[in-house]
Amino acid sequence: MNDVGVPVLRACGLCKLYGKGEGLVRAVDEVDLDVASGETVAVMGPSGCGKSTLLHLLGGLDRPSGGELWLGGERIDQLGERALARLRRDSIGFIFQAFHLMDELTAAENVELPALLAGRSARSARRRASELLERVGLADRAGHLPSALSGGQRQRVAIARALVSNPQLVLADEPTGNLDSQATMEVLRLFEDLHSSGQALVIVTHDSRIAATADRLITMRDGAFVDETRLTGGSTGTLGALAGLNGLTE
Amino acid sequence: MQQEVILAMLAKEPSHGYELRARLRQALGPLGDAMNDGQVYVTLARLEKAGLATSEQSAGRPDRPDRKVYALTAAGQQRVAGWLAEVGWPRPDLAEFHLKLIAAAAAGLGDPLAIVDTQRRELLRRLRDAQRAALGEPDGSQAGLLIEGIVLRLQADLRWLEACERTWTPHHRKDHG
Repeated sequence: MNDVGVPVLRACGLCKLYGKGEGLVRAVDEVDLDVASGETVAVMGPSGCGKSTLLHLLGGLDRPSGGELWLGGERIDQLGERALARLRRDSIGFIFQAFHLMDELTAAENVELPALLAGRSARSARRRASELLERVGLADRAGHLPSALSGGQRQRVAIARALVSNPQLVLADEPTGNLDSQATMEVLRLFEDLHSSGQALVIVTHDSRIAATADRLITMRDGAFVDETRLTGGSTGTLGALAGLNGLTE
Repeated sequence: MQQEVILAMLAKEPSHGYELRARLRQALGPLGDAMNDGQVYVTLARLEKAGLATSEQSAGRPDRPDRKVYALTAAGQQRVAGWLAEVGWPRPDLAEFHLKLIAAAAAGLGDPLAIVDTQRRELLRRLRDAQRAALGEPDGSQAGLLIEGIVLRLQADLRWLEACERTWTPHHRKDHG
């Protein structure tokens, strides 16, 4: 656990540049970001604004051109490949739009895999996987192959897998991009749950429903953060007005 | 719509005010919390005065002060049928916001994108509230369906704001003269 006040994730002046001269593209342009334990941050913005590139930088899947990146108080932007791979495996959970499950492995095996790769015993990995499948409401689907699961169920397996190493940070790239409204609700429920269990979560998304569950919402344009807001306040009294209930109570 | 809603509920069967109140509560879930319960009785009294409903004293229960049972009159039945057939739908008021962006840009009084961002924040707060309420509803709840309607409308408005954002982003603005 981190000390109070030390952000799980910190980016300072993070940059990703492509090309040079006239063709220089600032895909990520001097981004500063702190994410605390238990905090959910959503990054929204038009296509091509750099939000996916940013997520790749934050997760150590891609190297920044400049700036600093810290995870749990440790600077990580200068780590070697092996150390970075280990860090990704142990400290960061990834959730992708296309789930990225292994088709030939069962739900439980998919969830266990990162724990086994991290050197856990088969028994302990299995126990952890079954705990997590229970938590995402799929205990009865543990032996199913991904092809036998709905989109929403696959994404829940992928979320369980992202949590298997108990990472400090979870990164999600359009996690509801391929899901219908009912499955989106299931994922929203899980994210609310993550929230209360202290994981730091950064979600890059177009989906306003998922963005609305975040504590903080960042709007990105042309590689830079242009607006940042806390989503708080309001009551169901206002909701009643949105449904046209005013006429009933007048 | 207000009076017809209560009137139409009487079409199922003659009812006490408190029964109507309970049915409203079930249909509205958390959205009904802000409703004034006394309003049902006020509305029933008005409907009776207008000849759309009649009331009868019933034996009732000693713990219930309201022993009146309300029923539809023939005129009330007709009004309900008319109301069910009516095609009314709230019109979203988008023109004002649209003109606000144009006026701000034309007069150099404000950045349309900043106005879009502010509006988006407000809509996302509402969406957050609606989703919290939706997550709190059990599967198949009547109120859940109403909340879903709110969520979908807010999503539509947020998509329109994305379109506003695209159009008012500087490199596009040139194209629009």
